[in-house]
Amino acid sequence: MAGSREPLWWLLFAAGGTVAAFLVPIHIALSGIAAPAGLLQETFAYDRMRALVSHPVSRFYLFVLIALPLFHWAHRFRFTLVDLGVHSARRLIAVLCYGTAVAGALATVAVLLTL
Amino acid sequence: MSAYRRAMPSTWWLRNRAYFLFMVRELTSVPIAVYLILLLLMVRKLAAGQEAYEAYLRFLATPGMVAFHLLALAAALFHAVTWINITPKVLVVRVGENRVPPALVAGANYAAWIVVSILIAWIVVRS
Repeated sequence: MAGSREPLWWLLFAAGGTVAAFLVPIHIALSGIAAPAGLLQETFAYDRMRALVSHPVSRFYLFVLIALPLFHWAHRFRFTLVDLGVHSARRLIAVLCYGTAVAGALATVAVLLTL
Repeated sequence: MSAYRRAMPSTWWLRNRAYFLFMVRELTSVPIAVYLILLLLMVRKLAAGQEAYEAYLRFLATPGMVAFHLLALAAALFHAVTWINITPKVLVVRVGENRVPPALVAGANYAAWIVVSILIAWIVVRS
């Protein structure tokens, strides 16, 4: 994790934080609260939801929605661990955090391609 | 680490309200990420077929998952508010010689947040 790569991680952090702020709350309200409560049964019916999500624009949108905030998590979690006093393994923490986010982004691509 | 640096106890963030809220803000990224993984799983179940998808919706309706999503919503809202409030400090907008007032920059972001949220809800819900 060369120091020269820090701007890249910071850029992904900023982009992910913006996505998490502007897009994520309404999605939690819709798919995490309203749908399980049975408030949007027609909306979340299988055929309808599959058709909506399969559209190329939706897939690209879902990639941005899911993958970018993972990098936001990685950046914050990395520095939270450092702030909590884990100084001895700074490099390992960075590799594990950003590595998890990269793995999550790849998994997102894999799932979106199976639709 | 320098031998001359005094070790900071790892409970420093419990010392006062500002430190505590800082830590809460940092940790909001965890439930947000977990929610997005759950959303990705929902997409995977959609690809797997109707039965798998409907079983997953029933799983989301279990008390533990409902409680998690309420927590995640609170976390996401806290993140959004702190993120937007910081924006004017990061993004200094100037018109000619004058700086656009920070409250106006934040206000524009709040308005954009609301418009975007309504737009997403409309796209998802309209039949």
